[in-house]
Amino acid sequence: MDIIIILQAGVASGTVLLFATIGEIFAERSGVLNLGVEGMMLIGAMSGFSVAIATGNPWLGVLVAMLAAGIFSQIHAFISITLQADQVVSGLALTFLGVGISLVLGEGLSKAGAVSLLPVYSIPVLGMIPIIGPIFFTNQSVLVYVGYLLIPFAWYYIYRTRPGLHLRAVGEYPAAADALGVNVYRLRYFYVFIGGVLAGLGGATISLAISPGWFSELTTAGQGWIAIGLVIFAQWDPIRAALGGYAFGALRRLVLDIQGPVTLLGFANPFYFNPYWGFFLQMMPYAFTIIVLIIGSREAMRKRIGAPAALGTPYVRGERGL
Amino acid sequence: MTTSYLDSERQNTDLVVEMRGIVKQFPGVIANDHVDFDMQRGEIHALLGENGAGKSTLVNILTGLYRQDVGLIRVNGKEVKFSSPGDAINVGIGMVHQHFMLVPSQTVTENILIGLDQPRFRMNLQQYEHEVSELGQRFGLNVDPRAKIWQLSVGEQQRVEILKVLYRGAQILILDEPTAVLAPQEINVLFDTLHSMVRDGKSVVFISHKLHEVMEISDRITILRKGKVTAAGLHTKDVTQQELAKLMVGRDVEFAVEKQVQQPGEIVLEVENVHAENDKRLPALQGISFVVRSGEILGLAGVAGNGQRELAQVLSGLRKCQVGVVKLNGKIISNTPVKNAINKGVAYIPEDRTHVGSAPNLSVTDNVIMKNYRRPPIAKGWIINDDAATDFAKGLKDSYEISVPTVETPVRLLSGGNLQRVILAREFSGEPVLIVAVQPTRGLDVGAIEGVHRLLLAQREAGSAILLISEELEELFALSDRITVIYEGQFMGEMEEGDIDTIGLMMTGTPLDQIKSQGMDSNV
Amino acid sequence: MSEISPTNPGIKGKFLYRLRMEKRIKEPPPWFSSLISFAAIIISLILGAIVIALVGGDPFRSYAHIARASFGNIGVLSDTIVKATPIILTALACSVAFRMRLWNIGAEGQFIMGAFGATAVVMIPLLPADTSPWIFIPTMMVAGMITGGLWGFIPGYLKAKLQVNEIITTLMLNYIAIAWINFFIFAVWSEGGFPMTMKFPITAWLPRLLDYADQLPILRGLTTHLGLFIGIGAAVVVWFIIYRSRWGYEIRLIGDNQRAAEYAGINIARNTILVMILSGALAGLGGVSEVSGVVHRLQTSPVAAGYGFTGIIVAWLAKLNPFAIILVSILFGALLLAGREIQPSGITRMIQGIILVSLIASDFLMRYRIQLYRISEEA
Repeated sequence: MDIIIILQAGVASGTVLLFATIGEIFAERSGVLNLGVEGMMLIGAMSGFSVAIATGNPWLGVLVAMLAAGIFSQIHAFISITLQADQVVSGLALTFLGVGISLVLGEGLSKAGAVSLLPVYSIPVLGMIPIIGPIFFTNQSVLVYVGYLLIPFAWYYIYRTRPGLHLRAVGEYPAAADALGVNVYRLRYFYVFIGGVLAGLGGATISLAISPGWFSELTTAGQGWIAIGLVIFAQWDPIRAALGGYAFGALRRLVLDIQGPVTLLGFANPFYFNPYWGFFLQMMPYAFTIIVLIIGSREAMRKRIGAPAALGTPYVRGERGL
Repeated sequence: MTTSYLDSERQNTDLVVEMRGIVKQFPGVIANDHVDFDMQRGEIHALLGENGAGKSTLVNILTGLYRQDVGLIRVNGKEVKFSSPGDAINVGIGMVHQHFMLVPSQTVTENILIGLDQPRFRMNLQQYEHEVSELGQRFGLNVDPRAKIWQLSVGEQQRVEILKVLYRGAQILILDEPTAVLAPQEINVLFDTLHSMVRDGKSVVFISHKLHEVMEISDRITILRKGKVTAAGLHTKDVTQQELAKLMVGRDVEFAVEKQVQQPGEIVLEVENVHAENDKRLPALQGISFVVRSGEILGLAGVAGNGQRELAQVLSGLRKCQVGVVKLNGKIISNTPVKNAINKGVAYIPEDRTHVGSAPNLSVTDNVIMKNYRRPPIAKGWIINDDAATDFAKGLKDSYEISVPTVETPVRLLSGGNLQRVILAREFSGEPVLIVAVQPTRGLDVGAIEGVHRLLLAQREAGSAILLISEELEELFALSDRITVIYEGQFMGEMEEGDIDTIGLMMTGTPLDQIKSQGMDSNV
Repeated sequence: MSEISPTNPGIKGKFLYRLRMEKRIKEPPPWFSSLISFAAIIISLILGAIVIALVGGDPFRSYAHIARASFGNIGVLSDTIVKATPIILTALACSVAFRMRLWNIGAEGQFIMGAFGATAVVMIPLLPADTSPWIFIPTMMVAGMITGGLWGFIPGYLKAKLQVNEIITTLMLNYIAIAWINFFIFAVWSEGGFPMTMKFPITAWLPRLLDYADQLPILRGLTTHLGLFIGIGAAVVVWFIIYRSRWGYEIRLIGDNQRAAEYAGINIARNTILVMILSGALAGLGGVSEVSGVVHRLQTSPVAAGYGFTGIIVAWLAKLNPFAIILVSILFGALLLAGREIQPSGITRMIQGIILVSLIASDFLMRYRIQLYRISEEA
């Protein structure tokens, strides 16, 4: 068990969470809580994989995955923004629906065979850096590099650009933005769409790059929910989201790989000799999500920073309040 | 229906805004019923009316937030149809809202830049910060462009609101109740700014229900009552305050309610050196001490946000105090559970009726038993005696004249005045020892205000100790036995007969001792 | 008289009609709510039919099959009720939490842990196999309620004391619960190397109707078990708590306006923990009823079958009303029962999703009136 290889695979696997988490950050920054991430990821994973199988073109698969999940997210946008329904229930419904649809349309897909995958690159100079090079810049899928670019871009977009200013205003105080001519409804639809697109990209990252194939609900295995937890840990900041995403990716890999070797740090590997202890390892990502949430919540309480003020509240023009 | 247009005036003067026959209906109410409104260049035009008269609806139409059902608007002689606030901004109309429309987590400059087209993407904030501070200096609106909104005082936030409008090159400024949050001295500064804007050729709509301010600042006055215009474009110099009052409420105002002369009794509430923090964990109360006796009303004046809410919460047990104690009839009630204060007879009329004082989707019955559901006859062991609860609610409905079809009706369907009656009925029915009333008449019409005043005085006669926290000085003068003023979490002094100048100085932070020692002619 | 023509900003040209939404100022009549829920189900079935047709199935045959396979005769009706039983309990569990606006999405995990608790009584064994059912079954129920309640207590405590979002914690605990029982059935209680426990002794089975077929032949083959009556009993208890008790009043008050509840002196943190325990215990009871009434052993796939998630939908569809939950659960029991044989296998999950989506969307009609206006052409 090589720690570098685990971390390298962890970065790849963390890219899935990174996309989904940053997508949800955009949606929540605009004031819409979307609990449908798991459903959107499954839609993305399923549609991306089936398109890649049908056409042989994984790029087309990624594109369709993003579009499909983006369009799918608009159901939640319509229900929660236009019809002003409770965002929690609407998001849950989106997950139920996404799971159902992807199971129906993905029927038989698990036996569809191999698919041509997205290319894998090593970066010439950066790959030479000790430790960092092999972990981040060697034999990584092209989507992993897309992830690297997304982090600074998302940060810059949110804090240093006009659309970012409007995004924050709409999520913090929509009435103020509205009074200055910002179209609250349009922006919220748009960012829910972006959240869907990125969740779809996360799904496609699984099915076309990280662990190729379609394994029904087990394709995502709750990563959409972990992403929502990470948003709280990240305090709606893309850079913290990246840290959380990669850490969780590494944890997932560690859980898978730790059972392999006979010895661990010079001792007999207890997980090798007691394979059923693996069930406790399986709990780790979920238990860690809870722990990370506790840390995030404590920090938020202490620093008095919190969710975007209008998160979860439908905006109705002329009604007082947020 | 005939609408009379003042044709001669239109030709003679320079009309920047004409609103004709504006009708706006909301479910159940006609907020604007064929309203006409004119505006000349370079004037301050007051829009006067009671709460709910339709002032806000009219200006929301003029700023593109609502769309009129019927009627037309001309700006600089051209007909306009606004489909969003952006359209109104584009023709030079800017609004300064009563409830500030500022994003607390963003800086002053960021708030000013929201909604503009330029720059399209990348923002170099430094450049804009410079522009903002220059603009501020021109109109005497000084504020740090890099400060986050939540760090600013209320007066500074108002300046940001005005800057926001000026930055967009507005020629017509609408200020909705701009003085409601200001102390008398800050009001003078605002009035200076308004005059300098008018000299600059801008026009100002000044919305208020305070007659003396309107008399002081405006050139002309339009009055609304129940959605209709009762006086259009009166010249301020031609009318008296009495005439305005009559046009505004439709009858001569008798604000003074009968207050019985009575001797206060024993000390009921004793507050000693209380320190408490606000929600942001900043000091909100810094050494407050006072007493209230049975059968007296202590009025607490002050500009909003100086610790009034926190004080009320400490007294009712909703907020902990770091230092000091609160005693009720000699027993400590500070830092004990809310339930304890309720059981000892503390009634609390919160400022926010819908968000704190009531459960909107629950019935009138469920709302009136909120404080006594733990005690018989409403409670029967672990269960709630439904019949007893219903009888109790019906009794209150009759004695407090709550107009509602049945006591099963959810309270969200009640009008503001009726909802306030539900809350008063609940709080007063327990024969309270102490009543903490925060802004008990805010947002109510004149009739309802009078009713609330009568109920408060009745409790005073019944021997309750009452702390009345209000921003309406007239209300405090009419009801209180003593008046005290809070400023930044400290008491500035206490008077039996208040006069508005001294109270005003105290509201802006001058302690009473200092005022007395310097004499009344001092300028602070 | 000067006629003032209405302005019609925005919509011009060929759109002669305009939709207008108005906030309701009066309560819609009581039947209106049921009508809307019913309409939502009908619309969902139509949407489901379209999807079935799109993926190459025959919607009419599918639906006819569902109806026949779930209500066709007393035997399948009994099977439908067996399927509905766990849903009644998980939906009740969700309803008490949702009433307080606690988003307990973890009924699935609490259900699994309840099944685990009941199994533990048999497998440890806490009671010998020849114990009287009169002692065995109540012990299993209590054990399952404790383990389920513990699974509700954890997120409740974290929410109350540390303000940790309960949606995520309850969901994460679902996955942990599955891994937990997997460990036991693989490693500790495995029956001959298979991932399941041994079959429970008959004394640990909930009595079924068919047990009385000797006295009443009509009951032959009917698998409806005591769990149904546990579910109905629980519904009565929940109804009584919510609408008649002081505790229920506090729950309703917190659910409607938390700040008003604080102002009324109600301890929110304590109620958060208690309600989550109650919710977990109810779901756990569902798990007990399933292992000891149907499966008769602990095994992952029939226990972690999504009853907890279906409970969320049912609770919402029944508008959190305990008695409506019983009826809606039977409908969903039918859907699940018949759905087992329908291809593709995800159809029932998808229809559940569609029903929930249309239901939430239709709630809009409870708050708003929608009117169609004709726009005069000359305008």
